[in-house]
Amino acid sequence: MSPIPGAEEILARYPSKRSALMPLLYAVQDRDGWVTEDGMHEVAEHTGLSPAEVLSVCSFYTMFKREPAGKLIVSVCTSVSCLVNGGPELLDHLRVRYADDPDVTVEEVECLAASDGAPVMQVNYEFHERMTPESAERIVEDYKAGRLVPRTVSGTSREGTP
Amino acid sequence: MTATETRLVTKRLRDRPHDSWTLAAARETGGYEALRKALGMEPPAIAEEVKVSGLRGRGGAGFPTATKWSFLPAGVEPRYLVVNCDEAEPSTFKDRMLVERDPHQLVEGIAIASFALGVHHAFVYVRGEFALGAERLARAVAEARAEGLVGPDMCGSGFDLEIIVHRGAGAYICGEETALLNSLEGERGMPRIRPPFPAIAGLYAKPTVVNNVETISTLPAIIRMGGEAYGALGVERSRGSRIFSLSGNVNRPGNYELELGLTFRQLIDDFGGGLRGPGPVKFLIPGGASSQWLTDEHLDVPLDMDLVTQKYGVMLGSGAVMVYNQDACPVRVALRLAHFFAHESCGKCTPCREGTVWMRKVLYRIEHGEGRDTDLELLLDVGDNISPGLNAPFSQTTICPLGPSAVSCIVSLNKYFRDEVLAHVKEGKCQAA
Repeated sequence: MSPIPGAEEILARYPSKRSALMPLLYAVQDRDGWVTEDGMHEVAEHTGLSPAEVLSVCSFYTMFKREPAGKLIVSVCTSVSCLVNGGPELLDHLRVRYADDPDVTVEEVECLAASDGAPVMQVNYEFHERMTPESAERIVEDYKAGRLVPRTVSGTSREGTP
Repeated sequence: MTATETRLVTKRLRDRPHDSWTLAAARETGGYEALRKALGMEPPAIAEEVKVSGLRGRGGAGFPTATKWSFLPAGVEPRYLVVNCDEAEPSTFKDRMLVERDPHQLVEGIAIASFALGVHHAFVYVRGEFALGAERLARAVAEARAEGLVGPDMCGSGFDLEIIVHRGAGAYICGEETALLNSLEGERGMPRIRPPFPAIAGLYAKPTVVNNVETISTLPAIIRMGGEAYGALGVERSRGSRIFSLSGNVNRPGNYELELGLTFRQLIDDFGGGLRGPGPVKFLIPGGASSQWLTDEHLDVPLDMDLVTQKYGVMLGSGAVMVYNQDACPVRVALRLAHFFAHESCGKCTPCREGTVWMRKVLYRIEHGEGRDTDLELLLDVGDNISPGLNAPFSQTTICPLGPSAVSCIVSLNKYFRDEVLAHVKEGKCQAA
């Protein structure tokens, strides 16, 4: 197995080895597509923790995927501003559309801090605001085709805002 | 007269919409000049300016920043500054804007605070979902370091400062400062029992100040204009300006930086372009999901942190204001909030772990036509076990405020929409349009 990319630099960043745990989990997830059991063992070796301790931390955080996920993580917000601005309808559409697509994992998420651009989704944690079911699907298809998709910068999705 | 924005913290990102996050834009608009000014001052004099400014934490609790700083014990090294950029309070989106569009202002604020506090290692805990924010902040730190603005011997002052950008991984609870510290130490993000407070034993059990992104981003303006001039703005003990994140059923949702003391009506009408959809305003949730609600009868209440709490039992909290029109169903909104709190409860305290799940289940059956006559009383009973006296979120049987925050919407349903909830139960369906 290849070493964890950037592990030495990550470990050197912190006064305590254990603080490198989450960045190392990200590194193995980026390398393998999800956090495998082997990956957790590697992180345990680097940090001097037991694999059980690594699992206990890994399982606490929703962004660490402990089973294979699609290449595209599509996160749709349905929290209280998106709720009254089409978020649930956006989620329903994408869930049905990509139900059988192993490359696309559609998930319902909590507020993404983009309520001024509701309804909002992220694709691999890049923001896309003021979505319609059609525009959202088009964006996911662009990602699938490897096209460069412009992400939304905070506070710029409404006309007339700088 | 129509009110206008007071752009202190949002000035650069408004003036330079296309490149505000770059070092070039920062330099051309006075970036790092406040830092140089601060480095020419004695550290206690910087803290004094912050004290005179009346600045209070912009993350939610509104604690006076200079007082928080003053709790650090003298002579204990190392000590840490941790900046909380784990913005996840529903409908709050100001810190994301600040970190994406003016990261150099944040870096400058960190450098000023670190020098004032004698901190040589500062950490920024950035919410995991903020990919762009973390990227731009990391770049800003690297650029500033390469230019000698931070890092060893910053600005030639002889003071060393390293800034470490750390990404969270999806857990609302990590916005709570002691949970954040645990997360930063590589633990599950669960809150700690206080005392000891972070100022005494925080990160790695060392003296630690945890401040919000907006709080730290305000420091360059305070140093630039002086604490007295900053403190001349505002009302009562709510001094200066702060960013309000306006969303929901309004025509122009967005972040608006306002002098404190304007009213909810001015925020909604003068900046938000008024209510969208059938009026009048049915209810609004100030301060993020953790606060109790208000209705249209409260629109002329001023944005004053203490007054809204003392008189109306709500919070300005994180600065979020969600507005709902007559089509909105309060039960549906409360169910979504209950779902959020149940999902985000870390599970450490029994009243919160169990109570949030039961509140979700009961609200779910009301929303889906299976409600029982006694359900509202049941919700209040569960809520009372988490927030005694139903003084949510200000009374608690839990270590942190997440549990009692979940009770706020239940109390609000009972206070303002009792008849509508009971009718929802009786008819088995929504009473809103």
